[in-house]
Amino acid sequence: MDALVIHSPILIIAIPLLAAFLTPLISKASNRARDVLVIAALAFTEFLVIVLAKDIYLTGIHVYTLGASSPIVTIPEQYMVPVRIILEVDAMSIFAGIMSATVCLAGAIYSLSCVREETGKDRFYTLLLLLTVGQLGMEFTGDMFNLFVFLEILSISGAALAAFRTRFADAVEGGFKYMVISSVGALLVLFATGIFYAQYNLLNIAALAQAMQYTMLDKIALTLLVIAFLMKSGGVPLHWWVPDTYTPAPAGVSPMIYSATLACMYALYRICFTLYGVALNAATIGWIVIIAGVLSMFVGVTMALHQSDVKRLMAYHVISQGGYMLLGVGVGLAVLDNPEALATYGREAISGGLFHVINHAFFKGLLLLTGEALFYRLGTRDLNKMGGMARNMKFTCVFFLIGALAISGVPPLNGFASKLMIYEAAYQLNPILTIVAMIVSIITLASFTKVFQSAYTGPALSQYKDVKEVPMSMLIGMGILAGATIFFSLFPSLVVNTIIYPAADALIDQAAYINAVMGGV
Amino acid sequence: MTGSIFNIPFLAVAALVGIALYIIMSQRNLIKLVMGITILESAVNLFLVTLGYRGGGVAPIFTNAPEGIMVLPVPQALTLTSIVIGVAVTALMLSMIVLTYRHTGDIDAEKSRQMKG
Amino acid sequence: MSKIVRTIANLLIFPILTFGLYIIMHGHLTPGGGFQGGAVFASGVALLVVAFGSYNIQKRLKEHHLSILESSGALMFIGLAFGGMAIVFFYNFLVGSPIFGRIPPSGPNPGDMWTGGVIPLMNVAVGLKVIAGLSVIVLVMALACSKVKIEE
Repeated sequence: MDALVIHSPILIIAIPLLAAFLTPLISKASNRARDVLVIAALAFTEFLVIVLAKDIYLTGIHVYTLGASSPIVTIPEQYMVPVRIILEVDAMSIFAGIMSATVCLAGAIYSLSCVREETGKDRFYTLLLLLTVGQLGMEFTGDMFNLFVFLEILSISGAALAAFRTRFADAVEGGFKYMVISSVGALLVLFATGIFYAQYNLLNIAALAQAMQYTMLDKIALTLLVIAFLMKSGGVPLHWWVPDTYTPAPAGVSPMIYSATLACMYALYRICFTLYGVALNAATIGWIVIIAGVLSMFVGVTMALHQSDVKRLMAYHVISQGGYMLLGVGVGLAVLDNPEALATYGREAISGGLFHVINHAFFKGLLLLTGEALFYRLGTRDLNKMGGMARNMKFTCVFFLIGALAISGVPPLNGFASKLMIYEAAYQLNPILTIVAMIVSIITLASFTKVFQSAYTGPALSQYKDVKEVPMSMLIGMGILAGATIFFSLFPSLVVNTIIYPAADALIDQAAYINAVMGGV
Repeated sequence: MTGSIFNIPFLAVAALVGIALYIIMSQRNLIKLVMGITILESAVNLFLVTLGYRGGGVAPIFTNAPEGIMVLPVPQALTLTSIVIGVAVTALMLSMIVLTYRHTGDIDAEKSRQMKG
Repeated sequence: MSKIVRTIANLLIFPILTFGLYIIMHGHLTPGGGFQGGAVFASGVALLVVAFGSYNIQKRLKEHHLSILESSGALMFIGLAFGGMAIVFFYNFLVGSPIFGRIPPSGPNPGDMWTGGVIPLMNVAVGLKVIAGLSVIVLVMALACSKVKIEE
C-alpha cells in the first residue's frame, strides 16, 4: 500500500494510457471485454486519486522523478538544478485531479449505451481514455514542456471526439473550430516555453519560479501564456468556439470536454500564482482577469437567453459560469501583494472561485447529460418542438431540476454556497462586481425556467406518447454526478475545509512548491 | 538592435509569426487556414532551434565529433516533439476538411457554416 | 501512372525501406531515431500509393493489420516503461545487462551500437508505431479523396 502511494502520481497517468492502447487489440476479440477494460481502468484511476488525496492532506507535497534512482531524487549528485521530468502534486493539483477523474468516470459509463449504434467504437474509447490522460497529465506535471505536450494530447483527442458523429455536418465544423483554436493556443505556449529556456536554461516550473527576474521578455511570455489559456478556457472575447463545439458533441463526451476546459483554467492559475507569484504586477494582471470574468458572465448569459437549441443554451452558460470562476480567483490575484487584504478576503475569494469550479464541473456535466438524453430519445434539440416530457422521463426531469436549481444559486444547493463566498469577497474589493454577479445569477434562473417550461412541463404532445426513459447506464452516469452534487450541498463546510482551503493555501504558498523540488539549494 | 548577423533568424521568426496570424484571421478558404497554422508551427520551430545556437558550434552528437563547442541539444529535442505534434494536427484538420466538403460541397468558411447565433 | 514511374518505384522501394530501418536502429548514435526513420519508411509507402493507385495498394496492405501493428508498437513502449517499475517508472533497467547494456565512454567516440539500454528498444517501438500510423493516414486519405471523384 505504501509503494502504491509513492508510485501513484505516475500510475494515475500511465494506467489509462496503457488501457487506451490495449483497447484496439481487445476489441478485435470481443466488445464486452473492451467495455469492462475501460470502466475498470477509469475506476482504478479514481481509487488511486482518492488514496493519493488522503496522503497529500496528511503529509504535504508529493514529487515523482521519472527515470531517477529513486522517486524523490529531484536534483542528482553534483548538480545544482533539476534535470529530469518531475511530477509535482500539491493540494491544488489533487483538487483538479479529483474533479477530472470523477467527471471522466461518469462520462464513460454514460457513453456505454449511447454509442451502441456508432461504428468505430474502439477508436471512440481510445480517444476517451487519451482525453483522460491529457487532463490528469496537465494537472500533475511540474514541467513547462510537459504541460505543452499534455495540452496538445487533450486538444487532439477532444477535437476528434467532438467531431466523432461525422454524419452530422455541424459536428465536423465544431471539431474543426476546436482544433484551430487549440492549435494556435498551444503554439503560443510553446513560444513562451522557448523564451523561458533561452533566458534561464530551465524547464521545471519550481526552478523557474526560484530563478525568475521579471524582465521584459518575461512580461512578453506572461502575456502569451495568459492569452493562450484564456482562449482555451472560453473567456470573452475568445469564446466563439464554445457553443459550436459543445452542441454536437456525443453524449458522455461533453462533460469531459468541459473538464478539459477546466484543466486549462487550472493551468492559468498555476502560471499566475506559482510560476510568477509575487514577482508580477499583481494589481494589473488581477484586474485583467477580473474584467475578463465580468465580461464573460454578462455576454454568456445574455446570449443564452434567446437560444432555442437546448444544448447550445447550456454551452453559453458554460461561458457565463466560467466568468464566476475567473472573477473569484482574479480578486485573489489582485490583492496578492497586500498581505492583510489577502488574509481577510483574498483567500475567501480564491476559495469561492475554486469551490465554484468543482461544483460547476458536477452540475454542468449533469445538465449536459440531461440535454443529450432528450436528444437521444426525441431526435431533436429544438425547444420549440418539445413539451410535456416530465410524464415520460421522470428520472431525467428530477436530475434536470437538481442541476438547474444548483446553477442558479438557489439555496440549499451547492451553487448558492460557492456564489455566496464569491459575492462576499468581491464586495470588499469593489461593490459593482457583486451587483453584476447577482444580476447575472437572476438572468440564469430566468433562462433555466424557460428550458424547464418548454421541455418538461406543458401538455403532453401526441408524437411523443410512447417515449420511454433512457437506458440504465445513462441513468447511472447522471446519478453519479447528481449524487456528488447532493453530497456537496449537504456538507459544504466539510468539503470546503477538507478540499478547498488546502487548495487555496497551496496556490498562495509559492515557497512550499519551490522547496519540494529544489530542497533547500 | 545591434545589427549583428546572428539576428536574422529571429527577424525571420517575427515575420513568419506575423504572416501566419494574418492568414489565420483573414482567409476564408479552409485549406489556406490550415496552411497558416502550418506556417505558425514552422515559425515556432525555427525559434526553438535558433535559440540554441552558440557561435561557431558543431552538431551536438558524440559519434566521430569534430573539435569545438557544441550547440544546445535540448531545444532540438523540443522541436522534434513539436514537429510530430504538427503532423498529427495537420492530418486531423485536413481529414475534417474532406468531410466538410462531402457534406456541404464547399470549402469556403462563410458558405459552409451550419451554426449561427 | 506510366510504366516509367512504376518501374522506378519498384527499383527504389527497397533502398528507401532499408534506409528508414537503418535510421530507426542507429537512433542513439547518429541523428535520427523512431519518428524520423518511421517517416522515411512511410514516405516509401506513399511512393507506392502514388505510383500504383490507392485501390491496388489497399488490396494488399489492409488497415486492419496496420492497426494491430500500431497498437503493438505502443504497448511495447509502455511495457518497457513499466519494466523498470521496481525502482521508478522509465528506469533504464538494461544498463549493465548483455542486451544493449554496454556503457559508452564520455566525450567524442566512434559509436558502439550495443550501448544505450532501453533507448534503442524504445526507438524500435516508436518506429513501428509511426510506420503504421503514417501509412494508415496516407492510405486512408488517398482512398477518401478518390471516392469523392467516383461518386460525382
